Formats: sequence, C-alpha cells, structure tokens
Amino acid sequence: MKRRLLSLINWFDSRLEVKKTVMPMLEHPIPKAAAGPKGWWYVFGSASMTLLFLQIFTGICLALVYVPSAAEAYTSLEYLNYKQPFGWFLRSVHYWAGSGMVVMVAVHMTQVYLHGAYKYPRELTWLFGVCLLLLTLGMAFTGQVLRWDADAYWGVGVGASMAGRVPILGPVIVEMLLGGPNIGAATLSRFFALHVFIFPALLVTLVGAHLWLVLTRGISEPPIPGKLVDPKTYDTTYHAELKKDGVPFLGDAMTKDAFFSCVVVLVVVALAAVIGPKGPSGLPDPVLTGANPRPDWPFLWLFGLLSLCPAGLETFVMLVFPVVLVIGLLLVPFISNRGERAPSRRPVAVLIVLIGGTALAVLSYEGATAPWSPVMQAWSSDPVPENIVKRLAPLELQGANVFQMKACRNCHALEGVGGRRGPDLTDVGVRLTRDQLIDQVSNGTPGGGNMPAYGKHMDPNQMEAVAAFLVSLRPEGQPAAKTATVTTQPRP
Amino acid sequence: MTDPTLPQEPTRRNTLMWLTGAMGVAASAAVGVPLAAYLTGAIRRHPEDWVPIGKVDDFPLHETRLYTFENPTHEPWDGDAGKSGAYIRALGNGEFWVFAMNCAHLGCPVTWVPAAGLFMCPCHGGVYYENGDHASGPPPRGLYKMPWRITNGVLEVQAPHLPTLQDTLEKPSTMVKLPMAPRDVT
Repeated sequence: MKRRLLSLINWFDSRLEVKKTVMPMLEHPIPKAAAGPKGWWYVFGSASMTLLFLQIFTGICLALVYVPSAAEAYTSLEYLNYKQPFGWFLRSVHYWAGSGMVVMVAVHMTQVYLHGAYKYPRELTWLFGVCLLLLTLGMAFTGQVLRWDADAYWGVGVGASMAGRVPILGPVIVEMLLGGPNIGAATLSRFFALHVFIFPALLVTLVGAHLWLVLTRGISEPPIPGKLVDPKTYDTTYHAELKKDGVPFLGDAMTKDAFFSCVVVLVVVALAAVIGPKGPSGLPDPVLTGANPRPDWPFLWLFGLLSLCPAGLETFVMLVFPVVLVIGLLLVPFISNRGERAPSRRPVAVLIVLIGGTALAVLSYEGATAPWSPVMQAWSSDPVPENIVKRLAPLELQGANVFQMKACRNCHALEGVGGRRGPDLTDVGVRLTRDQLIDQVSNGTPGGGNMPAYGKHMDPNQMEAVAAFLVSLRPEGQPAAKTATVTTQPRP
Repeated sequence: MTDPTLPQEPTRRNTLMWLTGAMGVAASAAVGVPLAAYLTGAIRRHPEDWVPIGKVDDFPLHETRLYTFENPTHEPWDGDAGKSGAYIRALGNGEFWVFAMNCAHLGCPVTWVPAAGLFMCPCHGGVYYENGDHASGPPPRGLYKMPWRITNGVLEVQAPHLPTLQDTLEKPSTMVKLPMAPRDVT
C-alpha cells in the first residue's frame, strides 16, 4: 500500500517536478541565529500572510451571501448577522483578522526597520513591503465601505470631500470615485470591485514578489552591534556564513512561524467570538441627520490629525502630508542602506519609532474620543446639573433655560457633562466678568473662530438672563470676576 | 538593423515583426479605447433635473425645515442612498433660502437646531447661521446653496450632486464637457 502510494506520488512528481523546484525553496538555508531564539523576531511577516489567507477564505465565504447593492447590502448584512448560521461569526472573524493584519503588518515593518533588515541588499523587499502596507490599509478602508451603513456612507463622503480639494482635478476625481454625481449603487460596486478583485490581486502578486525576494536575497541575519553592512562585501560574507553554518528554513524557523501564526489565529477567533462583528451601524440614509460618522480604528489617527491641525494647514495635511509620508517610507532604504543594523547603535531609528508610535497612539486616542465633535443631543438630553439649579435665582434660572435652548451645551460642558469643543463653564463666573461674558456670547470668537456669535439670536432679555446665569457659575464662596484680568482673545 | 550579407529570410521575419507590432497596437486600441470610454463614463455632463418640493404658499414663513426627496440623478437600485435633502426656509414674497445638507468642510450632514437658530455639524463642529453663513468651526465657507425656481406656483430645486469646494451647487457643474449623450431621464 505504502509502496503504491509512493509510486503514485512519484508519478505526479516526475511530471510536476515539485521535489526539484519547491522543496529547495522550503529548505533554503537561513542564518543559524535566525533559527535560534532570536528567530522569534522573524514571525510577524508570516503571521501577516496567514491572516491574509484567512481574510481571503472568510472573504470568499462572505461574498457567497453578501449582496453588493446599495439597496440590499444593509439587509444582507443583517441577514448575515442574525439568520445565516455562523454568519455573524464569519463577519466577526473577517473584521478581527483584518484588524490583526493591519497590526501584524505594522509590527513586521517596525521590526524590519529597527533591525535594519531593509539595508543592502533588501531595499526592494522593503519597497514591496511598503506597497503591501498601503494595500492592507486600502483593504481596511474599502472593507469599511462594504459595511454599507451610516459610517460607510459618510466615510465615502468625507473621502470624496478631501479628494475634491485636489487642485483642478478634484471634481473629476470625485466623480470617478463615486461612479456618478452622488454616493450610490455605483459607488458601492466600485468599492466592491476594489475590495474583492483589484486590491486582493495586487496583494497576492506583491506577496509573491516579496517572498521571492526573501528567497533570492536571503533572510537577514539577526543584527550584531558593530557588524556593519557594506554593499561591497555583504553578499560574499552572507553566503560564506550560510555555507558554514546555515540551517534549512524548513525546521526550527518554520516551526516558530507556524506556532506564532496559530497563536494569532486563535486570538483573532477568540476576539471574534467574544466581541462579535462590527456593525452595521445606522442606515446608509443621507437624509437622516444626527449621523455621527467615525472611521474604523486604522484611520482614527488621520481623523485626529485632520481635526487638530490648524485650519490653514488642513488641505496640506489632507493631500500633501500622506504623499510625503509614503515617499518618506519608500526612501528609507535609500537614505541608509549600509552601516550599523543593531538598534542599540541606531538611536535615531529607535527615536523615530518611539515618536512615530507615540504620535499614532495619541492621535488615535484623540480620534476615538473626538473632543472637537459637538455632543449633538446635549442641549436636550443633558440637563443643567441639579446642584447648580438649586442655587439659582429666578433670572439665573431663566438664563439656564436659554443656555440649554441655544444649544450652548453641545459645545460647553457643565460639571464635565456636555460637549468639550469649548471650555467647561462650571466656574466661568470666576474667570470672566459679566461684560466679557456678554461680549463673548454676542460676538463669538472674533473672525469666525470656534464660537458662533449669538448677538442676533438672543433678544436683550435672553442675553440678560444668560449673563446672570453664567456669572452665577462659581464654586460656593468665590466672588464673581470683577476686573477684566483674563481675556479669552488678545484684542487688536 | 539588417545585415546586408543575409538575404531574403531576415527581411521577411522583419516584416512580420513590424506587422505584429502594428497589429498589437491596433488590437490594444480596439480594446483599450472603448474601455477607457467605459471607465470615464462616470464623468459626464449631467442634465439639469428639477425636483418639485411643494406649493410656494404651503411653506411656513421664516421656519427652516428639512425636505427630502428622491434624487432623479439616482438609479432605482440605489435604495436609501438615492434620497437627498434640502433645508428650506420661506422668506415671503416668493423668496427662499435653500441649502444642501452637506457641511462645506468634509461633507457630513448638518443638523438644524431651531431653538438656537444654527446649523451644526456633528463631525468637526462646523456651525452655520440660519442664512447659511459660516458661524464657527473649520468650514472654509458657508453652506452650499441649491439653485431653485418657481414653476406654476411650485417650488422646485435643482437635483443636487455631492457638493465639494470646487464643484459647488451654486453654479451647475460645467467643468466636464465630454462629447457624450446626456443621461436618459425618462
């Protein structure tokens, strides 16, 4: 039996020549240290690829049920969530594995950068890697659009509005992006084609090229401080070392990859099972006001950056900054492709990673909490706190009423509840005099800044009442501000 | 580069090579030109579509309201996405303010807060006065004004596209004039 099986295998192999071609690839020698304990640094790339395969597999399964039509997509997502057996689970795995892929690609890239593995002769491997990162983010964005809900709809709207700012070509790009004058079925079909045909094809092709380069250029040896990369001698030394004590990839190194990939898949499945799928959120209906669109987490940092940058820099940050960032990434191996590889000897590289990571984390946190967004329902849903109301005189009480009705609360918190776009006004009576308050409310921030001018929107009685209310906003026992010592804006 | 010492054969091969090149160009163009036309088909001059909203006399005076309608630029399979909205206020004497719902900053839907007399955007806190002027926040301009007209006592608004800073609604899009048949609006 065994012999017959063997001869069958041989029959195929004599025609396919797998043993002659594929096996040497799997058994290609790698530096000995990369198969040792330091080999654990090398597992993130293969984990990214494992997640890519999981995405392709779950994606195909989802495409069997999902309807990429603007009129039906939302319903088909709900069908997946609630009716299709394990539909919720597949959607969930697809979301979490996609998130995991973004994380793994980022970690892989950071590791390669810190270990200087992008240096000679692996510049092209890095370039393809940057393209793979962009494609992974492209998949994250297009995938978010296929979740055809309010976030998806307005996310496309925001993307189109940014693209519309491109000088001259903006309007043409918008129409090409949307597939027509408005967001609609053609838009969804376009993003569907990008998400399931175009980007995956590019991803798989580039992964192939990336791996081919890993084979031909070899896996970089773990960096040793003081061992410099010199393009003139690198190849000879590398191959000499491989000849001396290289070990086949198929072995300890591959086992580590496989082990870590299994851990990653198990974590993804656990998250998927416990937390569940994302959305769909509100209906993709453009006339439903109160939509409060948020990008998925891989883009929160961009949301944060755009919201926090000065208005004058905005178009630059939208259109030029991302291009500069990508060009910067692409140039990395050409700026430094020789010399030290060990992070202990490359403080600037470590600093760049630390600063970049901190910036991403802080901006993402800001994007997630979005203090610049008004709380749209605060004027009617967050009453003036009881202990403030209790101490108000009748006129001040009227002022509190005006304060709520004029939606001041959407941007101003009282005792921490309400919008955070403007300052918390719990103690404003201590900081600003009555005249300053009336000036601020009437004229807003001079020059169209952060506060609208309410002068024409309040009659004198309302203004009187609101001023009385604001002056009364002081901690017990503290007098009202008497002299205009604190100005909110320098006067011209 | 033909070697004069080699007669007939290479010349014939050469001719075939040139011919193949020419055929390749022809074949690519035969497929490529219609393909390019197909792909850029999204960009075309949109005919003016007018949507009746209601009788002029039925609009309450000095009160901003959201009116929604099926946008004729859409296809039947667009679902909810085929709807559009306009904030309309009647000023009397046949005058109206008609604004698109999209914030001039990044296109999010603005909400009319009647008690405050302001339009507020939930995304980055853009605020507009009741006449559409920019009040505060990041928008670089006021709300997009939608063209409107009165036909036989009925207020009609022009079917809007997604307004962006360089392609507003005030002036109907004139930037693309491809020699293409206008879309069939039957």
